[in-house]
Amino acid sequence: MAMEYSEKVMEHFAHPHNVGVIEDANGVGEVGNAKCGDIMKMYLKINDDEIIEDVKFQTFGCASAIATSSIATDMIKGKPVTEALTLTNKAVVEALDGLPAVKIHCSVLAEQAVKAAVADYYKNKGIPCDSCLCEHCASGGCGCGEEEHDQ
Amino acid sequence: MFVYADNAATTAMSKAAVDAMLPALHDLYGNPGSLHQKGREANLALMASRRTMAECLGARPEEIYFTSCGTESDNWAITEGARLGAAAGKRHIISDAIEHHAVLHTLARLEKNGFEVTYLPVHENGVVRLEELAAAIRPDTCLVTIMFSNNEIGTLQPIREIGALCREKGILFHTDAVQAVGHVPIDVEKDNIDMLSLSGHKFHAPKGVGALYCRKGIKLQNFIEGGAQERDKRGGTEAIPGILAMAAALKDCCDHMEESMAKVTAMRDKLTEGLRKIPYSHCNGDPDHKAPGIVSFCFEGIEGESLLLRLDMAGICASSGSACTSGSLDPSHVLLALGLPHEIAHGSLRLSLCESNTMEQVDYMLEQIPRVVKELREMSPVWQHMMENAEDPYKSAER
Repeated sequence: MAMEYSEKVMEHFAHPHNVGVIEDANGVGEVGNAKCGDIMKMYLKINDDEIIEDVKFQTFGCASAIATSSIATDMIKGKPVTEALTLTNKAVVEALDGLPAVKIHCSVLAEQAVKAAVADYYKNKGIPCDSCLCEHCASGGCGCGEEEHDQ
Repeated sequence: MFVYADNAATTAMSKAAVDAMLPALHDLYGNPGSLHQKGREANLALMASRRTMAECLGARPEEIYFTSCGTESDNWAITEGARLGAAAGKRHIISDAIEHHAVLHTLARLEKNGFEVTYLPVHENGVVRLEELAAAIRPDTCLVTIMFSNNEIGTLQPIREIGALCREKGILFHTDAVQAVGHVPIDVEKDNIDMLSLSGHKFHAPKGVGALYCRKGIKLQNFIEGGAQERDKRGGTEAIPGILAMAAALKDCCDHMEESMAKVTAMRDKLTEGLRKIPYSHCNGDPDHKAPGIVSFCFEGIEGESLLLRLDMAGICASSGSACTSGSLDPSHVLLALGLPHEIAHGSLRLSLCESNTMEQVDYMLEQIPRVVKELREMSPVWQHMMENAEDPYKSAER
């Protein structure tokens, strides 16, 4: 089954932005499941003004998993944490000029990864966060079955 | 450099095939069923092709039925084997865990219709064990269907011995030889094969044409109702251009079998040895029972579709059995049947070579594949977790 990826997806897959690790990150989230074939790990460096100063990711997964991680980091970099929490998988898909239907779960995973990293940041600060769980997970629809947030 | 290393998916047409096909596209437009000169001309060419196919397989011309593809042949053979069994009150079939979906899905349909199927395990080397086959045979076993060469890992099954056992027990034996015909020597008589499925485009013929060998005496029922083509068994005007090309392609393969096998095996072995040097890699299949052109590996910590597309950017056409490339949630059933865990099976790569590949291309792949694997590992959290409890081979190599 051949898959049609947009040029934008291929661009982010070939040259992903913000790949790597932030050693002194104050928010780290890892979502997905190696059994399903996708894992995303997101590192956030959030300053005292609650602005995401730096973001990096590591992803194990297909081309669209790498591309959605890459564009999601672009979309939240330099933004207030509260704004990062409003990132939706739909916005990720739109920013990539679309994804094949069978790859939509990758965009869900990217949204989850951002929210998991922010949740970690709030947890470290001892602040409760109701909007840190993405809608898909809240409704029990996480990727490939028994997959759950690792946080 | 451009490297086509996906010959198990499909092959480029050979010169022999094109040369045979072109006149059929231009001049040989007659219907072999017509009595006039254009019909007779086409019929003569059809008969010659059937003879060629039969000679290449050690069969008789009347035992060759032209079909549209390997999948059709598999469907026909297995459905008929089951029907013949049921007519004798036998409804048990034996197959194995790593068959192509053309076989597995046909068997699944039969299971819904009251047949019982035993799927033999293949163990970590991907080979069926004869003693397990013998143990699985029951008084009501009517059909054994086991592939000749596996499409993903290239393992060759002990076909001759399986055939001998089936013959001794009076059980019909079909083999899906789609990946084997034209690549390894096959003689349906010596190999004790009752039915064999093949597909033209896997050995340099065009897409859209295949064949079923069915031993004389096995009473096949019609697969496609219609005219009197294919001994009344499969209606539909014969695809003359494709059939002529397929016969020419197969003859060409068989005429050069020995030298092709030697050349392709040498390339396969060099590629395998080179890829084994990649840390945390697994070579799939059995090195002692392997088709000449297939190299299958799993690389831990990365996912196959990414690997495939990054190799494509480097000019290398390959294939993977990861879930993402199969469009399902699970990685290939073949790799899972070898006992590989899901997370490792996701990182699979298949390279399938043919005689038109070169050693220079092998060298190029051995430069590019380790580079791409390393790049993907560098961005993989799975690899990072693995290296938390082990010495990173890339970092230790830099020191």
